[in-house]
Amino acid sequence: MNVNLEIPEKKETINDEVRISVRDLNLYYGDFQALRNMTLDIPENAITAIIGPSGCGKSTFLRLFNRMNDLITGVRVEGIVELDGVNIYDRDIDVVELRKKVGMVFQKPNPFPMSIFENVAFGPKRHGRKNRVELEDIVEKSLKQAALWDEVSDKLGQSALALSGGQQQRLCIARVLAVEPEVILMDEPCSALDPIATLRIEDLMRELSKNYTIVIVTHNMQQAARASDMSAFFMMEEDRAGVLVEWGATEKVFTNPQDKRTEDYITGRFG
Amino acid sequence: MKKPLAPRQISQRTAFTFLILATIIVVIPVIVIIAVIIVNGAGAITWEFLTQPPMQAGKAGGIFPAIIGTFYLMLGTIVVALPLGVLAGIYLSEYARDNWLTRTVNMAIVNLAGVPSIVYGLFGLGVFVLMFHFGMSLLAASLTLACQALAMTVTTSREAILAVPREYREGSLAVGATKLQTIRYVVLPQARPGIITGAVLAMSRAAGETAPILVVGAAFFLPGLPQSPLDQFMALPYHLYTVAAHVPGMSKTTIWGVALVLLVVVLSFNVLATIIRLRARRRRYGT
Repeated sequence: MNVNLEIPEKKETINDEVRISVRDLNLYYGDFQALRNMTLDIPENAITAIIGPSGCGKSTFLRLFNRMNDLITGVRVEGIVELDGVNIYDRDIDVVELRKKVGMVFQKPNPFPMSIFENVAFGPKRHGRKNRVELEDIVEKSLKQAALWDEVSDKLGQSALALSGGQQQRLCIARVLAVEPEVILMDEPCSALDPIATLRIEDLMRELSKNYTIVIVTHNMQQAARASDMSAFFMMEEDRAGVLVEWGATEKVFTNPQDKRTEDYITGRFG
Repeated sequence: MKKPLAPRQISQRTAFTFLILATIIVVIPVIVIIAVIIVNGAGAITWEFLTQPPMQAGKAGGIFPAIIGTFYLMLGTIVVALPLGVLAGIYLSEYARDNWLTRTVNMAIVNLAGVPSIVYGLFGLGVFVLMFHFGMSLLAASLTLACQALAMTVTTSREAILAVPREYREGSLAVGATKLQTIRYVVLPQARPGIITGAVLAMSRAAGETAPILVVGAAFFLPGLPQSPLDQFMALPYHLYTVAAHVPGMSKTTIWGVALVLLVVVLSFNVLATIIRLRARRRRYGT
């Protein structure tokens, strides 16, 4: 297996390349272990895809990075998740600050039932930006970055719920970008979208990966192969706990998998 | 060419017939009550009836102080019951852990609605009138009715907040909003129509209550409107009760007239609740 099980010294993890580093991570929902002995590095300004069958803990894993799992009662995390060398599970971590830095796009587009403008301005407003001109600049910049500006620039005051599914998802991406995060987590962002909207999101991801570290959970093998730089393959063990089987450059994982289970999954022999 | 009905189809049709029959039986009394009150009471409704104080124990004059008294009561009730209800609803839905204490509190609140209203009246008499020395007053009556209305405002607020989908909370938290900001800017605006609907229904319920206010401050006759919250007051349901039961030689039309005004007040609040709900829905999906 191509998994690095050694715990490096702190200095080594402060690396230009590695943005997030997960070490010996175990996660439990009450008595049930959902993730087991995960050790993995997420490189900076690249797209890392998490693939694997349903129920193997991909979303749970993704939600580690902005501590979204905290919302579920009975969750216990052991191990280290370092963002820029700081363990985000340290007791004195400000979760609100962390989530500003690590944005998240969800499986189902979830724009708020407000205007397009208010959706994008939501984050900055909560963080104290009140100046109208400043907010207008942020909204325009974010919508342009999310490749949605041309479609909505003349109807910013209209309800976001009137947009199509693909537009709504790009709006959600704009909403995340407006807070100027450094890492963007995407939990199956295209699963509710048609193929054309999906391709638009993938193009957008490629564009964003120049400046952002992106981690994406996907069920879609072609999407992982097409759009990601790195791939991590998850499986569940007999007690249903998720484990990392293999990770590395996407090309390598897809063309020359080291583990039989990865090969079986990618070639569609199960899952 | 008609085929004979299969047993399956016969049972379908029988079921359908019974269901629609039951519905008709349910609706008829409502329509009859409203029709009877309108037919009998419409004759009493004049400008004078609505704007003059009663004279000769209600046989002449109007019911103006009772109408105003009822509006004051509704206002007093909701001023107390809505903020408390919403705050408690937020706590119970967003912050309280799911343990036996929370479950007990929830059950107690639901059961509050089942407490007979005269029991609230006696509670108000003991606590607000006597213990707090508010006397027989609008204040004591409003607080008493507010206690009763709390069951509804807490429950509807909690349900409306719980009905806000998790995706919205997560979307807000994921851009670094605090929990309080998420509640304030995402959850409450979406729960608002449900909360307001509950509040308006609680007000209409308060407008119709007779038993509790009987013992905490409603008066049969007052020369003028209450000047302060510590004054006694007239109210429509109590006025209806006395003119119907305790004034000999009362004109039937007047009695029906009072009932009609009370019905209009109560029903108009129910209609208002519906309008608020519909408008909120339309605004949500509007462009």
